[in-house]
Amino acid sequence: MLELKDINVYYGAIHALKGINLSVEEGQIVSLIGANGAGKTTTLRTISGLLRSKTGGITFFDEPLHKKNAEYIVCKGISHCPEGRRIFANMTVSENLEMGAFTRKDKKEIAATLKMVYEHFPRLKERISQMAGTLSGGEQQMLAMGRALMSRPKLLLLDEPSMGLAPILVKEIFNIIKEIHDMGTTVLLVEQNARMALSISDYAYVLETGTISLQGEARTLAESEDVKKAYLGG
Amino acid sequence: MIKQLRKQDVIFLLLSLVIFAVFQFLMSERILTSFWRLNVTVICLNIILASSLNLINGVTGQFSLGHAGFMAIGAYVSAVCTMFFHLPFICSILAGAAAAGVLGFCIGTPTLRLQGDYLAIATLGMGEIIRICILNIPQVGGASGMSGIPTETTFPWLFGCMIVTLFVLKNIINSNQGRACLSVRENAIAAEAMGINTTAFKVFAFTVASMFAGLAGALFSHYFGIAHPSSFTFMRSFDIMTMVVLGGLGSLSGSIVGAVLLTFIAAAMQSYPEYRMIVYALLLIILMLYRPNGIFGDKELASVILSKWKKGGENDGTTAENK
Repeated sequence: MLELKDINVYYGAIHALKGINLSVEEGQIVSLIGANGAGKTTTLRTISGLLRSKTGGITFFDEPLHKKNAEYIVCKGISHCPEGRRIFANMTVSENLEMGAFTRKDKKEIAATLKMVYEHFPRLKERISQMAGTLSGGEQQMLAMGRALMSRPKLLLLDEPSMGLAPILVKEIFNIIKEIHDMGTTVLLVEQNARMALSISDYAYVLETGTISLQGEARTLAESEDVKKAYLGG
Repeated sequence: MIKQLRKQDVIFLLLSLVIFAVFQFLMSERILTSFWRLNVTVICLNIILASSLNLINGVTGQFSLGHAGFMAIGAYVSAVCTMFFHLPFICSILAGAAAAGVLGFCIGTPTLRLQGDYLAIATLGMGEIIRICILNIPQVGGASGMSGIPTETTFPWLFGCMIVTLFVLKNIINSNQGRACLSVRENAIAAEAMGINTTAFKVFAFTVASMFAGLAGALFSHYFGIAHPSSFTFMRSFDIMTMVVLGGLGSLSGSIVGAVLLTFIAAAMQSYPEYRMIVYALLLIILMLYRPNGIFGDKELASVILSKWKKGGENDGTTAENK
C-alpha cells in the first residue's frame, strides 16, 4: 500500500536519508529498527509530509504523495504518532482526542471512533477531563496513540512508542499495537527496542546512517547474527 | 453543552447591556467628569486591542509586538475615508479594519514562519516600518499628523464595537478554528501531524487580530479627531502586550481585566508620566513572581465561577469547556 522509492532527505548540508527504498503491504506490521541518528524518525516524518525528499517518490495506494502537504496526507489515511508523545499538555484528554479528528467532519463517526479509542485505552476514559500534561508517561503515550487513531488511519506511523516507559508498560503498549493491527490497521513502527519490535512485526528494515542495511521477514532478522550482535545484545 | 453556551451568551449580552446602560446614564448626565469619560473611552479601546492581541499571543502562542502598527493603519485609512472621500462613519471604520486585516495577512504570511524571539523582532520592526511610512506621507500630514477628523465615535459606537469584538473572539476561540490555534500553541509539530495546517491558522489568527486592531485605530482617530504617528509607537504595542500578559495569556476575561487595570494605573499616574513605565515593570515583575500565568491564567471568569459553584475541581474539565 505504501511505497518509498529513492528517498533523499537533507537537513541543511547533512544528508540524513540516502536513497531509501521501502514498502509496506496492507495488513502488515512493519518495523524500522536502528541506532540513534540512523534516520528512522526522518523516514516517518517524510512519509507524513513534515519533511520533503529531494528526489524519488512516495506512493500510497498508487497515488503519489511526496508533493502533498501534511493535511492532505492525513485525509488520505496516514496518521503519524510523533516521537516523544507531543500531546497538547494544556488541553484535556478528550480535547486532545478531538484534535486528532480535526480533518474529519462527520460528528457521528467521530463519536464512534472516540468510543473505539476508549475501548482500546480504558485508562484514558478514566481521565477524560484531566489535563493531558498531568498524565503519566505511559498514559501520555496511550493518548498520543489514541489521538493518532482518531483520524481513522489505514496506515498508522508509530514513532518510538516505548520510549522512556517501564518494561511492564512497554508490554502493554505493544499489546495495544497488536490489537490495533488486528482491527485492520496497517502499522509502520519505528523502535529502538528491536527485540520487542521484531517479535510483533511481519517484516522489518534495519537502518544504518541513512541507508537500509538489512531487510527481511521479522522472524529471520531476529535470528540473523548481524542483527543479534548489533541490536539484540548478543 | 451547546445549550449552556447559548445561555451564557445571553447572560453575557444582558450583562453588557446593563453595564452599557449604567455608563451611558453616567455619561449623558455628566455625572462622570470629562477626565473619567475619557478614561472609559480609553478602556473600551484598550479592551479591543488587548483581547485581539490575545488571539495571537495567548491563544495561538505567537509572540507579536506590532499591534500599534495595525492600529495606525486603521486610524489613518478610516480618517482618509471620512476626510477625503466623505464616506459615512460606519463605512470608514469598516474600511480601516479591512485595510489592517489585509495588511496583517500580507505581513503575517511571510513573518509567521519565524518563531519566538525572531517573530517578536520581525513584528516589532514591521510596526515601526508602518509608522515611519506614515510619517513620510505628506498627504496625511506627515510628522504633524492628521487633524480635523470628524469626531464621530460616540460611547454607544465604542461599546458596541467592543462587545462585537469580544463576542467574535470568544466564538473563534471556542470554535474548531480556535482549537486548532490552541493546538499550534501547545505543540506545533503534533498539530501538523494531526493534519492541521499550522501556518494557515497562525495567519488566520494574525489577520483577525490585525483587523480588530484596525477597528480600534479607526475608533481612536474618530474619537480624538486627530491621528498622529507618535500615538502608534512600539510603546503602545508594549502597553497592549502588558495588558495581555497581566491578565493571562489565552484568557479573554484576563485581557479585559488587564486593560481596565492598566488604564486606571495610567490615569492615576497622569501627573507623573515618567514613572508609569517603572510601575508597569514592577507590576510585571511582581506578577511573574507570584502568578506567572497572569491574573486569570488561561481560564475564563465564567469557568472560574462555575467551578467554584460546583464545589471543588471534580468538574473542572466540563466547566472549562463551557467558558
